[in-house]
Amino acid sequence: MTRNNTKNKIIKMIIENVIEARGLTKCFGQVCAVQNIDFELRRGEILGILGPNGAGKTTTMHMLLGLTTPSSGEIKILGLDPDKDREEILGRINFSSSYVSLPYSLTVRENLLVFARLYSVKNKKEKIAELLSLFQLESIKNIPIRKLSSGQITRVSLAKALLNDPEILLLDEPTASLDPDIADKTKKLLSDKKDRDGTSILYTSHNMKEMEELCDRLLFLDHGRIIASGLPEDIIKKFGGENLEEVFLKIARKEQAQV
Amino acid sequence: MEIFYWPLLDLLMWGFISTYLSTFQGALPKFIGFIIGALIMWDILFRSQQGLTISFLEDMWSRNLLNLFVSPLSVLEYICSLLVVSIIKLVFSSGMMIALAWLLYSYNIFELGIYIVPLAMNLIVMGWAIGIITTGIILRYGQEAEVLAWGIAFLFQPFSAVFYPVDILPPLVQTITRFIPSAHVFEGMRYVISTGTFPVEHFIWAVVLNIIYLILAIMFFCWNFKAVKKKGILANVGE
Ligand SMILES: Nc1ncnc2c1ncn2[C@@H]1O[C@H](COP(=O)(O)OP(=O)(O)O)[C@@H](O)[C@H]1O
Ligand SMILES: [Mg+2]
Repeated sequence: MTRNNTKNKIIKMIIENVIEARGLTKCFGQVCAVQNIDFELRRGEILGILGPNGAGKTTTMHMLLGLTTPSSGEIKILGLDPDKDREEILGRINFSSSYVSLPYSLTVRENLLVFARLYSVKNKKEKIAELLSLFQLESIKNIPIRKLSSGQITRVSLAKALLNDPEILLLDEPTASLDPDIADKTKKLLSDKKDRDGTSILYTSHNMKEMEELCDRLLFLDHGRIIASGLPEDIIKKFGGENLEEVFLKIARKEQAQV
Repeated sequence: MEIFYWPLLDLLMWGFISTYLSTFQGALPKFIGFIIGALIMWDILFRSQQGLTISFLEDMWSRNLLNLFVSPLSVLEYICSLLVVSIIKLVFSSGMMIALAWLLYSYNIFELGIYIVPLAMNLIVMGWAIGIITTGIILRYGQEAEVLAWGIAFLFQPFSAVFYPVDILPPLVQTITRFIPSAHVFEGMRYVISTGTFPVEHFIWAVVLNIIYLILAIMFFCWNFKAVKKKGILANVGE
């Protein structure tokens, strides 16, 4: 009996879905940005959402975060209902994107302190020191955000997103303004985070190479619909091509031909 | 900057006007004192509203709103944090204005008595209510609505009977002023000056109206917040 329970527990852990979306739809008037999509994010996996501009990637992410109200569909995060357990969910996940920034007049460290308080982080000092070193921000920790480059701000924002050791990390084009070296390091860091802490990551990006290397599974979104999903190599096989980039171009061009 | 510059300008201008007036008629010092007192009191309402709205605008300008709203912070907690910040700013700017009035015109607002404190607190709360309404509108309509942040308090000024008693207003306007907390505060202030006793009735009116204003303001903000989430424009606010 106990053995069975343990076994069930392990199985559950392996295939536990930390995010489940069913029939998720968002229409802005006539335009439907996301149309009836189903997907799940499993514990300890990196799921990439890719697709051309306007495919509905950001809208999907904002619905998961409760920033945008879905027109219809169901979302479960960590087994909880976002409408009822908003605060609990938000305390256990985090978000970063290249289009958010941080209060300009506060320094890097002050900003991290403010958010550490918001997330009720224990051992604030140690956690911040750890993240400052992880993102190579030590030399600029006392500089106000206003004086930083966009790449530096992106790194601070990523550090912010790891403050609460989130179980789920939602990243909307986080590497858009990073130089290749830092982008590469960030990628490694996220990969490590997943392996070490079992963090689940939902990731969007335009950079096909990055997606191919980083993600365990992909969702290919176009005009608000999932047109392919699975392992990167399966998607490549399905559409025929050398790599993801070719597949992406193929799909995008087919679109244009139809228009 | 905002804390010192405007109060100073206001005070200088009114101080000079009153000084000028006093050269005409010797019997006016009481009136001048009243003008400066009213000015400081009005400034409390105005700064309370501004402090709150500017804090929100700063979060918006620095594209920080998303970070806040994806954190476990609830909307009510966010509003409360704006209120706290507005109080802190207010302590500085009003303290500064009171000190200046005292230095420049030897005017001590506390001569009006301790009764001034509960009255002033009502102005702070009314400033909050107006500030929360303003931020709700800016949240929803974005950049174009920003002018409201600067002007909306002045909409209430003529109905607040700051510099003149309610009696001199036309009957219709008098009816309106009954439902404006600040009008009761300024009437109350005149009552204190002329009788030296606490204007219980005006005070109760102001408190009750303020509670209603504050509740309506928060409901209005939440309603706008919901609408913004539906429109999916929380990420675009400020762009
Ligand atoms: N708040 C909004 N109001 C109206 N249309 C929107 C809004 N947000 C996104 N859209 C539209 O929905 C579609 C998907 O946008 P988005 O999710 O941002 O795509 P992506 O992130 O994949 O580039 C686009 O056609 C976009 O113009
Ligand atoms: Mg996007």
